[in-house]
Amino acid sequence: MNASEGLARILPANARILVIGVGNEYCSDDAVGILVARRLRELSLNSVTVIEKSGEGTELMESWKNADNVILVDAVASGAKPGMIHHFDARAHPIPTSYFRCSTHAFGVGEAIELARTLNQLPSNLTVFGIEGKIFNAGTGLSLDVQEAVKQVLELVLLQIRAAGQNG
Amino acid sequence: MKNRTVDVDYLTRVEGEGAIHVKVKGNKVTDVKLKIFEPPRFFEAFLRGRNFTEAPDITARICGICPIAYQMSAVHAMEDALGVKVDGQLRALRRLIYCGEWIESHALHVYMLHAPDFLGYQDAIQMAKDYPKEVQRALELKKIGNELVTLLGGREIHPINVRVGGFYKVPTKRQLAPLVERLKWARDAAVETTRLVGTFRFPKFERDYEFVALRHPNEYPFNEGRLVSNKGLDIPIRDYENHFFEEHMPYSSTLHSVQKDRGPYFVGPLARYNLNFDRLSPLAQEAACSAGLAPECRNPFKSIIVRSVETVYACDEALRIIDEYEMPEKPAVEVKPRASRGCGCTEAPRGILYHRYRIDDSGVILDAKIVPPTAQNQRIIESDLREFVSKNLKLTQEKLTWQCEQAVRNYDPCISCSTHSLKLVVERE
Repeated sequence: MNASEGLARILPANARILVIGVGNEYCSDDAVGILVARRLRELSLNSVTVIEKSGEGTELMESWKNADNVILVDAVASGAKPGMIHHFDARAHPIPTSYFRCSTHAFGVGEAIELARTLNQLPSNLTVFGIEGKIFNAGTGLSLDVQEAVKQVLELVLLQIRAAGQNG
Repeated sequence: MKNRTVDVDYLTRVEGEGAIHVKVKGNKVTDVKLKIFEPPRFFEAFLRGRNFTEAPDITARICGICPIAYQMSAVHAMEDALGVKVDGQLRALRRLIYCGEWIESHALHVYMLHAPDFLGYQDAIQMAKDYPKEVQRALELKKIGNELVTLLGGREIHPINVRVGGFYKVPTKRQLAPLVERLKWARDAAVETTRLVGTFRFPKFERDYEFVALRHPNEYPFNEGRLVSNKGLDIPIRDYENHFFEEHMPYSSTLHSVQKDRGPYFVGPLARYNLNFDRLSPLAQEAACSAGLAPECRNPFKSIIVRSVETVYACDEALRIIDEYEMPEKPAVEVKPRASRGCGCTEAPRGILYHRYRIDDSGVILDAKIVPPTAQNQRIIESDLREFVSKNLKLTQEKLTWQCEQAVRNYDPCISCSTHSLKLVVERE
């Protein structure tokens, strides 16, 4: 049993969490959010709904409308070392919208979170994991640094699910 | 006047990224370049060796905003190659799903991307503080378009229900029925939107463009028609490559599309509107007139009104199709591969999207060519900037830069279709 499966087994049954993997699987490292979501889905957690989104902002706002605990995973480009994992408590602090401009959407993750904050439509808990990407050109497959971060992000997401479940 | 430089490193509120460089020396614009860093034509290469049936689903991945446009151009090109005609209710359903995509795309651009320019806000987030009702309206409008796409396309992003020959599954009348009330609300909201944007102040800017769009004998164009212009072009889609070609620009890795011996041309809502005003529904025509928009308009800044008018039309047309809908016996007509070549061109929200494929006798794609609307508008965007900056050199640096960005957004450039990454640089030496 690997660490992810171990964590999955000790999740509280009442967690009820929405995990949103964001990205474009045909834009190299921009696929990482989608791939993390798929790995998570393979664990078949009862209490967790896993969805994939392109990152178009208005759709994101719609998707988390009725959710209290939301975890969003996406690639970012802040200039940090590729593979670095950024962790944001979006409820507590504004999101650096520029980090998410590696997406192909003009109105993307950062804008969706900040517009939802303005309109009082943020979920009670919204955690964002941003994985620093290296290559965002059209293409398939992750760069090595980002690939290596997938497992770690998955474990962080599971820890977050567990914490949300205990608080929920 | 001394030489000036204006630099804006990042152009926001366009789909994707790229760079625009405007150089001003004294009181003269010396250079305008739209630099787009296009990755190799990944998808055209990716399609080679795949089965012809996969083209709609693969090309739908090119753009998260207009996947239906890619699917429609792909299926029409394949059907052209295979000698298949899709008509009746299946054809109507294709128009219906396209209505959904236009509603979604136009609502997003009008409110979230372009309106802040006119209202003096940095972005939609700032605008929402003063205009919460309007932003909520945009979100709801977009959602309704999305519901239409999701119902017919199987899912909201990267729809999977469209196939060469028709659909995998078609809806029942009952499944479409709940959309009627939603679309009536959307139509009212679109009329309200047209009224709102009609009150905006527009820079005085008109040019003698060559508009190119599809024209159909009796419909506002989505999927079919002849390619026409206001300067005499009138050709079948099959002749596209005899009249238009793509030039590689040394400063940009993308290809600029031009018309042979005539140069740049203008595609998109403003082109469609000018060439097809008489094909709009009476309500859409009335909305345009009420907003002060004449049947002919050469001011690209007013494209925001045209997008709103087209949203009214898309709601109206969707309601008409649902009203007349009878579920077809089969969700698709049969298609059999044969060695052939076919072309398709449909009206994506941003303008004509051309696909051409060559397949072998077992249906394997031998080569593909895709010309997105943004690649076709690039030259016009450059020439607009050249003329706009020349006429507005007295503006402050800040105001000039603001309006240059606004001028680019007139085209709702979807850089992600033609490339990935947009920065605006206005340089005054």
